[in-house]
Amino acid sequence: MMTLLNMQPSPQPDRPALKLAERTEYWMPPQASTVAEELDWLFFLIYWVSLFSFFAVVGAMIYLIWKYKATSRAANEQPEPSTDHNTTLEITWSVIPLIAVIGIFVIGFKGFVNMRTPPKDAYEIHAIGQKWSWAFKYSNGQVSDEFHVPVDTNVRVLISSKDVLHAFWVPAFRVKQDAVPGRYTDVWFNANTAGEYVLECAEYCGTSHSDMLAKVVVHEPGGFDKWMDEKIKLEEAMPPAELGELEYGRQGCKVCHSIDGTRLTGPSFKGLFGKQETLVGGGTVTVDENYIRESINEPQAKVVAGYPPSMPTYKGQLSDKRIMGIVEYIKTLK
Amino acid sequence: MAAPTTTADQVLDPHPTKEDNYFTAEKGVLSWIFTLDHKRIGVMYLCSVMTMFALGGLFALLVRIEHWTAGPTLDFVTPDMYNQFFTLHGAIMVFLVIIPGIPAALGNFVLPLHLGAKDVAFPKLNLMSYHMWLLGAAFLVLSMVLGAADTGWTFYTPYSTTTTTAVIPALFGAFILGFSSIFTGLNFMTTIHKMRAPGQSWFRLPLFLWAIYATALIQVLATPVLGITLLMLIVERGLHIGIFDPALGGDPVLMQHFFWFYSHPAVYIMVVPAFGVVSEIIPVFSRKRMFGYKFIALSSVAIAGLGFLVWGHHMFTSGQSVVASTIFSSITFLIAIPTAIKTFNWVGTMYKGRIHLDTPMLYALAFLWVFTIGGVTGIFLAVMNVDIHLHDTYFVVAHFHYVMMGGAITAFFGGLHYWWPKMFGRMYNEKQGRIGSIGVFLGLNLTFFPQFIMGTRGMPRRYYNYLDEFQDLHRLSTIGALLMGVSFLFTAYYLIASLRKKHDAPMNPWGATTLEWTTTSPPPYYNFHKTPPVTQGPYDGYEKLWYDEKVGGYIEKKKD
Ligand SMILES: [Cu+2]
Ligand SMILES: [Cu+2]
Repeated sequence: MMTLLNMQPSPQPDRPALKLAERTEYWMPPQASTVAEELDWLFFLIYWVSLFSFFAVVGAMIYLIWKYKATSRAANEQPEPSTDHNTTLEITWSVIPLIAVIGIFVIGFKGFVNMRTPPKDAYEIHAIGQKWSWAFKYSNGQVSDEFHVPVDTNVRVLISSKDVLHAFWVPAFRVKQDAVPGRYTDVWFNANTAGEYVLECAEYCGTSHSDMLAKVVVHEPGGFDKWMDEKIKLEEAMPPAELGELEYGRQGCKVCHSIDGTRLTGPSFKGLFGKQETLVGGGTVTVDENYIRESINEPQAKVVAGYPPSMPTYKGQLSDKRIMGIVEYIKTLK
Repeated sequence: MAAPTTTADQVLDPHPTKEDNYFTAEKGVLSWIFTLDHKRIGVMYLCSVMTMFALGGLFALLVRIEHWTAGPTLDFVTPDMYNQFFTLHGAIMVFLVIIPGIPAALGNFVLPLHLGAKDVAFPKLNLMSYHMWLLGAAFLVLSMVLGAADTGWTFYTPYSTTTTTAVIPALFGAFILGFSSIFTGLNFMTTIHKMRAPGQSWFRLPLFLWAIYATALIQVLATPVLGITLLMLIVERGLHIGIFDPALGGDPVLMQHFFWFYSHPAVYIMVVPAFGVVSEIIPVFSRKRMFGYKFIALSSVAIAGLGFLVWGHHMFTSGQSVVASTIFSSITFLIAIPTAIKTFNWVGTMYKGRIHLDTPMLYALAFLWVFTIGGVTGIFLAVMNVDIHLHDTYFVVAHFHYVMMGGAITAFFGGLHYWWPKMFGRMYNEKQGRIGSIGVFLGLNLTFFPQFIMGTRGMPRRYYNYLDEFQDLHRLSTIGALLMGVSFLFTAYYLIASLRKKHDAPMNPWGATTLEWTTTSPPPYYNFHKTPPVTQGPYDGYEKLWYDEKVGGYIEKKKD
């Protein structure tokens, strides 16, 4: 068995170097949102109540073992006479925990209602999950594979999924919400500490579930607009093929289409342009600008034989310019 | 095959020979496969469940070893295989080990003995339950060969309806296992109602039977919903009728409601019998009557009832409405109370007792320790806002392993060691038993405690890969799992070794006063030579028993 073990962490080329942020507490990640403080307060309240209960039960158990341990069976010791029921005691140890849990429930309820009620003025961002990447869409149409938000701002995230269940989770913000195909779910937070954090998919979604991470950046005041402006400028000035490469990375294309000829869920982009492909159900097609555009908008229309019809549609999500960019990018992959 | 007739007051051969026990009563493989004897069925369940425990444990170890490093560790384990491993581990442990573990294996053996009865109410149905269990298990094993499911044991849609793995055979297996479980529940309920010994009122029932009764109630009422859900999944996958898959016009969250409507009560199918076993062990090894008998008895029923009303606490992040979440959360808290009552009463029973730390008692004490941790960590998850953070993390994994592994499996092993002399007529090596139980206890805590820390810090469950900062905690957990694996192997070794010895178990090695200890070890085919009358409570009369070193067990005290 041991010879099969890689004792050294193996290199993981596709994975950005992500960290949860510097650790300050033993339990729970660093706090970076307004709800984090409230939630952690309750967490630690329960933590201390739990520790107390645990030591009360186990302490009593250990004390009783020590005090009343029998010497041997052969000694046939008889226990001291004692009662086998005590209603007052039973009621006491039912009512005290009951009061404790009611208190905890009420505090948790208030916190939950707050977490589930987004403020009216919140800035909206769409988070779209698909196997196995996230895309974040801003109100001006910009899309990013990193999650950028301004500090000290109420942000509401509208979450959706293109395929199976995923879950949007930023541990530092303490917010989590499932991405359910066919409907929108939402979550809100106010990030109050600038810095870099990590977003993780928390609902099991298959092969690369554990790599469905995204970088979260909370910008200092003014930093968010600057980032957005630079992003827009950069993309406007970009040659089409480069823009295509960018989209290839952040729209999730890379998850299923390799650029080095490796066979993944979909056909590799390497040498794809101009190629004759056989289709499911017979017929052939030459991969040209029109076929690529059609496959992006209506992926199930002409599926290449030997591949599953599993690509989600991107209809209405990519501007002409970006689609052209992807076509140009594929042309460069000879 | 001579089928026994089981009228309640039949008096059997008044001159049994020493070898007249249920092992020697009939010969040949067929006499086992088609037996109607609840004891033989119990033993067959036990062997099958232990085999599945070994298989499920193997998958657990593969998962844990894979986590030695982030990313690939074992060369042959791809991310997809990892996903299959944790799915198989979960499905096997839940459906094939813990659900049948205490009720079907130990319960089948003990229940009629506890009642002073000759068998369960419907022996043929009992045999059929076992055969269906085998069939269900066969389908699950078949699905492994065809391409094991990679959906997690929860089978969430639309992943489960779109994955290319062999989900349908696995679902069908679980569907059949559900029937086996329902039949067992019906059988046990009827038996407890109809076949109690003369004088055995409800409040003279051993607490194990109260627990089995409460469990049977859940099995009968909740399992059909699982059946329906699995059937709908099969229909959706096979015929593409939209029920749960949004691409076909279905609702994936509906599936979660159905699933947890069964699977939360199933948590109590798994753990309430464990309460029963612990309730048997603690008074006997404290040489004292159970403290708060009625509270323990009725709290099992309360837990069974409330357990039906809390399923939505698994869905706080699913988009479920705030009102629904609030109701589910508040009822969940209520369940904490009967559970706490039980724990306090168990500890209270030890007060002023004379405590013997033999292997079954060590397992019961380990249960108290571990189950308390499992219980209090449940509070974190019942609180709605804290659960938002902890949901689907290793905190949840640690919590339910403390309850399932630490609660159900620990109690199962406690019960196995407690009834082993009665089942097989042999004493295992007591010293080895203690070493094994301590090894299991240490391994269990080492495996699962670090997972609480990881979970709060941001480690999601079902992750093949993980961020580097979790490596140390993962390694601790893996070392704990290996320690547990070794301890269980050791336990298997000394238990099997004991079977090679001559019969040496006395009738009553622990000095208990429930009825199974008033017959020989192992019991004769018809359990009792005469239906035993019940004149006292199940934990009364310890003072009338006397340990005799020559016998190696307890005998009735001679009149002075
Ligand atoms: Cu995922
Ligand atoms: Cu539950």
